[in-house]
Amino acid sequence: MPDDAESLIQLNGIDRTFTLGDSQVHALRNVNLNINRGEYIAVMGPSGSGKSTLLNLIGLLDRADAGTYQLEGRDVTTLDPNEQAKVRSERIGFIFQSFHLVPRLTAAANIELPLTLSGMPSAERAKRVSQALKEYGLTDRAHHRPNELSGGQRQRVAIARATILRPAVLLADEPTGNLDRVTGEEVVKLLEALNAQGMTLIVVTHDQALGARARRQIRMDDGGIVSDVTKSPDAATPGIVTPNIAPTNLATPDSVTPDLAT
Amino acid sequence: MKITDTFRYASDAATGTPLRTGLLILAMSIGVAAVVILTALGDGARRYVVGEFSAIGSNLVIVLPGRSETRGFNPANLLTSTPRDLTVDDAAALLRLPGVQRISPILIATTEINATGKLREAMLLGTNDEFVRVRQLKMGLGRFLSKDEVGHGSAEVVLGALIRQEIFGAENPLGKTVRIGDRRLRVVGVLSEGGRGMGMTTDELVIVPVATAQAMLNSNTLFRILVEARSREQIGEVKARVLKMITQRHEGEEDVTVITQDAVLQTFDKILNVLTLGVAGIAAISLAVAGILVMNVMLVSVTQRTGEIGLLKALGATSAAVRQLFMVEAVLLSLTGGLLGTTLGYLGAAILRHLYPTFPAYPPLWAVLAGLGTALASGLIFGVMPARRAAQLDPIQALSKR
Repeated sequence: MPDDAESLIQLNGIDRTFTLGDSQVHALRNVNLNINRGEYIAVMGPSGSGKSTLLNLIGLLDRADAGTYQLEGRDVTTLDPNEQAKVRSERIGFIFQSFHLVPRLTAAANIELPLTLSGMPSAERAKRVSQALKEYGLTDRAHHRPNELSGGQRQRVAIARATILRPAVLLADEPTGNLDRVTGEEVVKLLEALNAQGMTLIVVTHDQALGARARRQIRMDDGGIVSDVTKSPDAATPGIVTPNIAPTNLATPDSVTPDLAT
Repeated sequence: MKITDTFRYASDAATGTPLRTGLLILAMSIGVAAVVILTALGDGARRYVVGEFSAIGSNLVIVLPGRSETRGFNPANLLTSTPRDLTVDDAAALLRLPGVQRISPILIATTEINATGKLREAMLLGTNDEFVRVRQLKMGLGRFLSKDEVGHGSAEVVLGALIRQEIFGAENPLGKTVRIGDRRLRVVGVLSEGGRGMGMTTDELVIVPVATAQAMLNSNTLFRILVEARSREQIGEVKARVLKMITQRHEGEEDVTVITQDAVLQTFDKILNVLTLGVAGIAAISLAVAGILVMNVMLVSVTQRTGEIGLLKALGATSAAVRQLFMVEAVLLSLTGGLLGTTLGYLGAAILRHLYPTFPAYPPLWAVLAGLGTALASGLIFGVMPARRAAQLDPIQALSKR
């Protein structure tokens, strides 16, 4: 694996198995992945291919059964749950398909939530929140509850919330899944702008068009990475395959187990 | 997460579902209010009875004609007949005993009082000049009966406040003559209002010298003899001496009952305290039910807010922080209910006192504290399980559930 100074996320030999009834489901099998700071990655694949599990694992919501995960050079697999919560709070931002805004809180209060949880003094919080509201064009929506906001506004609130603590990596699970095409486009542009500012962006999606916009496209099937393509930075020559995929991740047809063909 | 933020978030969460929160607080407050009102009733009953008994004087030993087999205060004492009368001479003999401060013989009958063209039924009480001190009564006007040295009875009467009011109105009754039964008596004094004791008010009494009353009623027997001991410590000795003396005078037959005020007071105090505890216990059951309701509501809340809990964890909340949020919410709910219940309870007790002014329905402080404490404790105890369930939720499953 390349191990240069810019490496943000390094997964080595990650395995994750779920037990469903009496059958074992390999959600991830021996995944090796290196992600550098500032990358724009789309993870694609059919349902049950393990892409959401991969995202959860990177977001420290899930634990690997085997293998190591290094975030910013630090082994986070062995951290205790409270330390993991701290890493989630400071280094990772989540964006969900269904926004996951707290319905009884206003837009401003939703954005404030990570700051509140981190124990920041309220004067500082108010400053940061009003700054974020301005950046995301939500100032006049600050005191509306989520049910008074449009889908695009809701997702903008969610993105503002995910990025208010300036995380190193932004994890988006089908960020446009609940939005119409125009609003979805706005949201994607917003995410890409954040990426352009240097935030690492990992998007999990079914949407081929959305996936195609990412510089690096990872395809998964049956818990393994089947292709990992980085477009050259030069947009004129897209689709150059770089060999940064471990041979072990190349799935062979007979490794597809029937219980995963959901 | 700062504690103030935790409280704000938890109270936001509680007010986010107003109906459920309102019903829960109502249930909790009814429980606490029940404790407060019921203990106010029980303790009020105790105070009332104790007050009635202490109002008849202090350090009293009471001699009743007739023998009670149970050696205690018993309604049957009031009904049993006696072979020998309790007489004024018995009373005079008791006064000579060591340790006895004062003596007051009592004779009671119903009679009619007639003056200024008005006729009224009244309670006639024949006694001596010491009665006013033994019973610790206050005079409103004039003086009490004078000392009857020869024992023939003088034509004096002291009126109760209500009798005076109804017969004479605002007029000064002192020196006026009233007709009681077939006798004409001169009014020498009026008792001040509000004297009570042993279930009867002094407001409707007409008090005459005991000899006069005996002559009027053509009777030699006394209803009671009140004996006041010199001090509280001497009550026991005085009781024994009184019993011995009466037995001697009655030819060796123990045909009177001697009770001490202290013993009666203590017995009632004990019984009514147990009664208060009993009703408090019954009321506490409703508090326990309210506590289980808190748990129920919090469990529903955890289930409904699964997505939110997952989100909090994804945003970096530790399990401890999530647990704290739900605990604080449960405690806030039950404490609000408890405080509201206390207010309702005090209000209820105040209404009771307004409706029955003589009944001192004040909730005892221990019951209020116990009610609030139980509310708080039930919030804490019954909040633990839902809070732990929330803290243990798997964030991935919590987030995927919508």
